[in-house]
Amino acid sequence: MTKAGVGTGTTVVAAADAPAPAVRLPRRRGVELALIVLAVLLSVYGYCAVGLAKHGTVPPGAAGYGAGLGVLALLAHLAVRLRAPCADPLLLPIAVLLNGIGLVLIYRLDLETPGDRAAPTQLVWSTLGVALFIVVVAALRDHRVLQRYAYVCVVAALALLALPILFPAVNGARIWIRIAGFSIQPGEFAKVLLAVFFAAYLAANRTALAYAGRQIWHCRRIQLPTGRVLGPIVAIWLLSVGVLVLERDLGTSLLFFGLFVVMLYVATGRTGWIAVGLLLASLGAVAVGRLEPHVHSRVEDWLHPFASIEAGQGPNQLAQSLFSFAAGGVLGTGLGLGHSILIGFAAKSDFILATAGEELGLAGLSALFLLYGLLVERGYRAGLSLRDPFGRLLATGLASIVALQVFVIAGGVTGLIPLTGMAMPFLAQGGSSVVTNWAIVALLIRVSDSARRPYAEQLDEPVDKNPRRSG
Amino acid sequence: MTRHIRRAAVFCALLLVALLVNAARVQVVRSGVYDHNPANRRASIARYAQPRGDILVDGAPVTGSRDTGEQLRYERTYRDGPLYAPVTGFASQVYGTTFLEHTGDGVLSGADPLLSPFPLWNDVTHGRPPGGNVVTTLNRRAQRAAYEGLDGRKGAVAAVEPATGRVLALVSSPSYDPGVLSGNDAGAERAWARLNGDPDKPMLNRAVRQTYPPGSTFKVVTAAAALDAGVITDLDAATDSPAPYRLPGTTTILTNEGDGCEDAPLRDAFEWSCNTVFAKLGVDTGLARMTRTAQAFGFNDVDMRIPFAVSASTFDTSLDEAQLALSSIGQYNTRATPLQMATVAAAVADGGRARTPYLVERTTRKGGATVATAGSRPSRQAMLPSTARRMRELMENVVREGTGTNAAIPGAIVGGKTGTAQHGIGNAGIPYAWFVSWAQGERDMEPRVAVAVVVEDGSARRGDITGGGMAAPIARAVMEAVLNS
Repeated sequence: MTKAGVGTGTTVVAAADAPAPAVRLPRRRGVELALIVLAVLLSVYGYCAVGLAKHGTVPPGAAGYGAGLGVLALLAHLAVRLRAPCADPLLLPIAVLLNGIGLVLIYRLDLETPGDRAAPTQLVWSTLGVALFIVVVAALRDHRVLQRYAYVCVVAALALLALPILFPAVNGARIWIRIAGFSIQPGEFAKVLLAVFFAAYLAANRTALAYAGRQIWHCRRIQLPTGRVLGPIVAIWLLSVGVLVLERDLGTSLLFFGLFVVMLYVATGRTGWIAVGLLLASLGAVAVGRLEPHVHSRVEDWLHPFASIEAGQGPNQLAQSLFSFAAGGVLGTGLGLGHSILIGFAAKSDFILATAGEELGLAGLSALFLLYGLLVERGYRAGLSLRDPFGRLLATGLASIVALQVFVIAGGVTGLIPLTGMAMPFLAQGGSSVVTNWAIVALLIRVSDSARRPYAEQLDEPVDKNPRRSG
Repeated sequence: MTRHIRRAAVFCALLLVALLVNAARVQVVRSGVYDHNPANRRASIARYAQPRGDILVDGAPVTGSRDTGEQLRYERTYRDGPLYAPVTGFASQVYGTTFLEHTGDGVLSGADPLLSPFPLWNDVTHGRPPGGNVVTTLNRRAQRAAYEGLDGRKGAVAAVEPATGRVLALVSSPSYDPGVLSGNDAGAERAWARLNGDPDKPMLNRAVRQTYPPGSTFKVVTAAAALDAGVITDLDAATDSPAPYRLPGTTTILTNEGDGCEDAPLRDAFEWSCNTVFAKLGVDTGLARMTRTAQAFGFNDVDMRIPFAVSASTFDTSLDEAQLALSSIGQYNTRATPLQMATVAAAVADGGRARTPYLVERTTRKGGATVATAGSRPSRQAMLPSTARRMRELMENVVREGTGTNAAIPGAIVGGKTGTAQHGIGNAGIPYAWFVSWAQGERDMEPRVAVAVVVEDGSARRGDITGGGMAAPIARAVMEAVLNS
């Protein structure tokens, strides 16, 4: 990933507010292809390393696995090359690498649980994810089309969120639906749809949100927008968070909350929203933490991860996860040589990062974090380079989803914040998650294509009108 | 809007920094604490990930390892488990380790830093070298002779090489198979409960962890002290000792099993084990000299290790004369482990030097390269060499024509002392049969073996329990095994 800076010069960033100069950016599709090949090779290497460590031989499926991942990555690359030729060349390789590493880690954990093999299923879901990626990149010629479907998106999102209430709870959370042996987590898809809706609504109403409404305390800074503008979006947000609390999906409700606050802040430029958001979040967190036993126990576990050991009940999952990370140290035990399976039933999903931390060490874990960081950064960069508010908000929102999700789950399993069940993007076992993340990358590819397209080729959308006065 | 997108990006960057810093905290700063948490099974998994090294007797392993394919992969197995249990102890995944399995654990499990080719090598490679071996000083034939001699009766045998202190045999009976405790399944749990609940205490190592009143075998110590002190100068001169003997300051009368002990010379008194003579001899020698000699033999040493801990044998250091009289014939508070009494016999055989016994000859890497050797062990002059010479004579007489004729080996010089120790309130308990001895083969320059045998057999009739009758044959078998090997 040393070529992080290649492909986008500083000109793009500097040009964000002023009319862009008519320079033709290099498209860098060759770079993308080279990085994809590297990503696939790295994944195959990891796959072989696991086999060598566990059985002393290269796993029999190594060639097939490499070919499968390679073909998927190549198809995705072709779709980008043909339909989004100016897209950011880093997004796709990062996604391929993360997905490849995820498959390696799940395969590695499968070896410890012969009765429960998740890697083949995950490969199927990854294929579906890449297929969705190709469909989105190919079919969606301009991201602004999505603006029209804002209300379709929000209805679909709410429906998806509400759907699991009809199904029985699994491990304390009511977030899955089971159809024909497959379990799907509709909330995963809902977050993309909700991001689209937020972006569209805020882009359309940002002026009203920022400047209309009553001033309180005779101060321009603290100003409430009119209920007519704010009402619907707050209602939808509250509804979604409320549903998630009902379903005990803490991670996703936290994610939606953060997403909403970030997008509102970016759209209106009002720091007050952050303050209000944090205030509401604190109130909500305290209330839920006190009243809801599920949440309360999570907070207790976070504060006292070894309480169950002292009580003679053995280590809980968080303690096992911390043991895993600690066992990895700086350089890790090596792929296949750790014991993160001790974490138990969520080792392949919520706690997949512990396996990475134990077997790849702090070095590998930092590399993973930096990959995510790079992915998010490229998303924000696309947002900065775009000229239409919807696109900017959409890119920001999508990047924020990835950033917040990574922070919430990674912070949870490393004991930084209370643990909430969520899937590490691309790494964790979970079909809905992989498919959704491929959709997010597809949308980011699409907006980055628009962002990096030479000015002359861009559609005649007006530039952000009041860039200097919005803060 | 641009500025706010940038601020949001900065916010995400801060989250990233928080994750990285926290990961470094968990994986580097706090990792030692987490690694050493007792609930963290990784240490156990690493420990059992490779076969454990072996404990060797006469160059052949008496232990082994079995691959279970489970998380704690290799389990301990034992060949002749009950025979060597007092030496090996057990290595259980649940109940820990004892005896040589415990003291040699670092080498056996591969964790000992001495095994790694360079300092900190294991920390860097995340691996551990294969388990090394512990080479014992045991004599296979002597061990078996002792075990078969006890034949399941409660008791113990300890044999040492007088010139070095090497332990040649260490047997406790009844014994158990330590292999049944190896795994972490329900079977190990049941075996643990059964062994601990057994009234015969098969897991008790009677040779080193149980002290008995040594009875008449302690007369070796008393005689040595008296000779050293000059209380007796001529073995054949009549002593001024009444029979029966009234304990000083009391009305308690001490008697003998047989007649002819009145004023008996030391040679006869030792041969026929006269209580009255030795009780008075102890009093005449005095508490200070008795204590000094007893402690020089190794009594009251609470830190003795061979390398696992040996219970301290005791000789009370604050006694009135009546108590001293009883203590001098191995009663009252005097208690000794069989290993201690073997050391006493060995000191007589080796010119009066009491050598600290040891059980581990050396430790080696898996391939056999030596890691550490036993090194020189401390020895104390328990008695003057001239006294030792006379004590040898006395002990030889016991075997030639006294109470210990059952220990005689044709063609070998054998010295011994019987003992029948009273115990229990009012001596109500079944007496313990003792025999301590040493032997020197025809062509040997010096005595090769010293043995102590104790038999606590509740099933025998009281009249049959004598050191000469029950314990001496076992001692002879052990001595023969050593002399013939």
